[in-house]
Amino acid sequence: MHIVVCIKQVPDSAQIRVHPVTNTIMRQGVPTIINPYDLFALEEALRLRDQLGGEVTVLTMGPPMAEDSLRKALTFGADRAVLLTDRFFAGSDTLATSFALAQAIRRIGETWGEPRIVFTGKQTIDGDTAQVGPGIARRLGLSQLTYVAAIDEVDPAAGTMTLRRRAEGGVQELTTRLPVLITMLEGTNEMRRGKVADALRAARAEIVTWSAAKAGITDVAMCGLRGSPTVVKRVFAPAARAERAVLVETQDRSPGEIAEALIAGIGTRLPALHDDLLRAAAGY
Amino acid sequence: MSGTARPASGRAGMKKELPEHFRAYRHVWVFVEVEHGAVHPVSLELLGEGRKLADKLGAELAGVVLGGEERGLRDAVTAAWEHGADLVYLGTDPVLDQYRNEPYTRAMTQLVNTYKPEILLLGATVLGRDLAGAIATTLLTGLTADCTELAIDDERSLAATRPTFGGSLLCTIHTLNFRPQMATVRPRVMAMPRPEPGRVGRLVPFRPELREEDIVTKVLRYLPDRDSDKAQLAYADVVVAGGMGLRSAENLQLVRNLAAVLRGEWGGSRPLVQKGWMTADRQIGQTGKTIRPRLYIAAGISGAIQHRVGVEGADLILAINTDPKAPIFDFAHLGVVADAVELLPALTEAFGRRLAVNRLAG
Amino acid sequence: MEQERFDAIVVGAGPSGNAAAYTMAREGLNVLQLERGEYPGSKNVQGAILYADALERIIPDFRDDAPLERHVVEQRVWMMDDASHTGMHYRSDGFNEERPNRYTIIRAQFDRWFSRKVREAGATVLCETTVTELLRDGRGKVIGVLTDRHGGPLLADVVVLAEGVNGLVGQRAGLRPELRPHDVALAVKEMHFLPQEVIESRFNLAGDEGVVIEAMGTITRGMTGTAFLYTNRESISVGIGCMVGDFAERKVSPYALLDAFKSHPSIRPLLADSEVREYAAHLIPEGGYKAIPQLTGDGWLAVGDAGHFVNAVHREGSNLAMTSGRVAGETVAWLKRRREPCTAAGLAEYRRRLEASFVMKDMRKYRGIPALLHRNRHLLDLYPRLASQAAQTWLRVDGVDKRTKENQILGSLRRARGLRGLMGDAFRLARAWR
Repeated sequence: MHIVVCIKQVPDSAQIRVHPVTNTIMRQGVPTIINPYDLFALEEALRLRDQLGGEVTVLTMGPPMAEDSLRKALTFGADRAVLLTDRFFAGSDTLATSFALAQAIRRIGETWGEPRIVFTGKQTIDGDTAQVGPGIARRLGLSQLTYVAAIDEVDPAAGTMTLRRRAEGGVQELTTRLPVLITMLEGTNEMRRGKVADALRAARAEIVTWSAAKAGITDVAMCGLRGSPTVVKRVFAPAARAERAVLVETQDRSPGEIAEALIAGIGTRLPALHDDLLRAAAGY
Repeated sequence: MSGTARPASGRAGMKKELPEHFRAYRHVWVFVEVEHGAVHPVSLELLGEGRKLADKLGAELAGVVLGGEERGLRDAVTAAWEHGADLVYLGTDPVLDQYRNEPYTRAMTQLVNTYKPEILLLGATVLGRDLAGAIATTLLTGLTADCTELAIDDERSLAATRPTFGGSLLCTIHTLNFRPQMATVRPRVMAMPRPEPGRVGRLVPFRPELREEDIVTKVLRYLPDRDSDKAQLAYADVVVAGGMGLRSAENLQLVRNLAAVLRGEWGGSRPLVQKGWMTADRQIGQTGKTIRPRLYIAAGISGAIQHRVGVEGADLILAINTDPKAPIFDFAHLGVVADAVELLPALTEAFGRRLAVNRLAG
Repeated sequence: MEQERFDAIVVGAGPSGNAAAYTMAREGLNVLQLERGEYPGSKNVQGAILYADALERIIPDFRDDAPLERHVVEQRVWMMDDASHTGMHYRSDGFNEERPNRYTIIRAQFDRWFSRKVREAGATVLCETTVTELLRDGRGKVIGVLTDRHGGPLLADVVVLAEGVNGLVGQRAGLRPELRPHDVALAVKEMHFLPQEVIESRFNLAGDEGVVIEAMGTITRGMTGTAFLYTNRESISVGIGCMVGDFAERKVSPYALLDAFKSHPSIRPLLADSEVREYAAHLIPEGGYKAIPQLTGDGWLAVGDAGHFVNAVHREGSNLAMTSGRVAGETVAWLKRRREPCTAAGLAEYRRRLEASFVMKDMRKYRGIPALLHRNRHLLDLYPRLASQAAQTWLRVDGVDKRTKENQILGSLRRARGLRGLMGDAFRLARAWR
């Protein structure tokens, strides 16, 4: 069974800096990582491949540097990596991104066999939109299953799958038909450590690199800035609040006295809240 | 992308020329999420926000309610009217009984193509995010996720503001040449509007074209979460949260103790999840839960911007931090420069003492 | 699959390991390089100085695409006491040459670039792979390594240990002694981010010009060590280091020392309004010539910090690391060409070649310095104070005549150290410098 996993190389968001004075992004030395949510998708794909046989192809769209993430995915045990890179893709929003990825997945299918499952992470940590997965599903006419917590059974011969997905306020147990697009929930598995042989293969592997044309994308007006219905008009830092917190005096005060002062402070600011708190605390 | 924001160059400044076939798109819609009979509060919050947008546009506000049969959805329709909807599109079909992406996407796209809204808002819930991406891709229109502010600009275009770069900056995104303009908003980001009991509007019933045979995904079972599993953070009146200033996972108990005395919920900042001190469902901030309690107590939290966007809606923020320069003091209302580990037990005790006095008095 | 056998395995992907791997791969050897970090340089967040000459001899056109921050046009050497510094500045437009001699770099980026060059040269590089053990045959010859990944040993004719100062592989195998606290310095460093224009105006720089400040004196509280400040494009690297043994004896926290340095009135304005984002602590082998361990054996050799190649007096390290790596690589390639095995006898050529290079010549020249500084604590404490006093006396215009001022200065010198002491210090320093 052929499985495609879409991953994204993202800046490690914990290390993104905004300059406090100029409000500009300081990119220097910000390391990039595989979007952490994508690892749950990749591990699930590897697990299914190990169980059912077949191949896992990893796909990413990004600058040539994104090759690092693909190589890392190969180290974990993926069989093949495809990098979709072209200046036409610059400035893509979620719609244009899903268009390009869907086209590339079609081409992957033509080249190495139709994928029965396409995986993505539940969202990226830089965009947080959670929309590219659904977009791909729609474009390719795959059944869309987001926030999947567990894949319980796959029957490639019958073309069926049973799974559990997180829904509002509960868990849905579902059956569906392949091919499907699955966005995997975090915490559902733990990424394996690749074997020596995987690591060696990954280090030497040729990353398949496709331009828009090579991926069979003829309509570049659907890509990048031109193919994106949304436009970013302004980027700015959140405004500071006018006044800072009123600080409670701590000099020569015991923790108990400070606590009393704080409760008094709550009382003067929001008397109703203060009363309600006490009522709630008393169990009314 | 609504995700990786960059200030657009030439195109952003381009004058909008809405294609002819989109000019008929009018009015503001809110998808009203109904889970097992109950309306998700985020939909009511969005109706409040949608009302403002509609008034600014001189347009109508519509709620969209989908489900299996009309009977179970009347409360949702009433709630939509009472929270500001001028009309409600009520789409019913047995296929829509339990949420599944495909029939809901089909029903919504049919509705949009028939009645042509210019703005469509959904809650950024599990359901809303699942549905919004599919609708937007089907309609080939723009979608801005997780907005923190919605406004109408001088050209009648929706200006959707959302955090970007991991919450360190904000960006404003427009969908200039496509309709509807779609946006999702996370629960508790917008204020709950005051309902007007007895307010009624129009009801537009709708029968989507759906056949169960066409839908390949079937629901076998639905297992509701036990209440005890759920952190009720988003809707709690009082929230106490801890940060790295607690110094150890054990000291998180001090936060829980204070929350218990105040009958509130507890949580923590992102590093605590990364350290494995608590689970992600208790994380407060841009990548965790947005909260709007009446009282928020932040103990040993420095207050990075991603945390700030998650708590700014609180009526009163009380910050405890040893560093007087910590950014939390820039947006807290009341603060104390002290060690949370020392002060939390004192606060718990002080509140506890009042409680005892109160009981005697009561 | 038949077990692949490599010509060489390089343990570590810092400057020395990369130099060795690159040199051997360019010579057509089948090279495997193992790095425990997520990517080369990931364990290394701080800024550093790159000496062009050593790299030029490995990659002549490195300037075309290496991530260089600024080329150094100005060097300041400061003797600091608590409130002042007495210094020497040397700035020259001559450093704005076509092929500048020194650059500031950010190691995380530079190491990554170097590693890419290594891969392009044909070596196989595995990251996130920790070597746990050296494999030896019955006669004790090193024949490969075991790693923390499943799937069997990795075999090679020679293992190049480029695992850094506290590399455990060599230590565990008993090839190198454990580190001694007086042979190794602990440096703590920070990156302070500032907009490019601010850095350029604050340090009087244009374009890619950069400044290096090296400082010693009371800032190390009598311990043997130095502090530094380098300008990068959008950040400033600042740090301080002292011998580990001194830290332990004095019970001083390295971070307290760095904080004091940063708030020194001569340094504070240079860092004002910056945002600190990265901290790192780093061990530097500063034991000098006498601390150099055994460098070669049967089937293995050690390069870079693993060989203790650091010239503490001139604050040179990466150039010695790269040169030792290159020489090691050349030696292995030379043996291969002659179809000679990588035995202890064959690899001894590496040491011979190093001895003939500036690496060992410089290491030998300063062999007395570490001990001298350790035994004469006052050198880094007393003299900065005296220099500052002298400068104050000399510069302050207060109605006292110049002859009297001269006498005051000489008097304070004599009082503080005595004529004999002064001469002794001068003699000892001169001898150690020789």
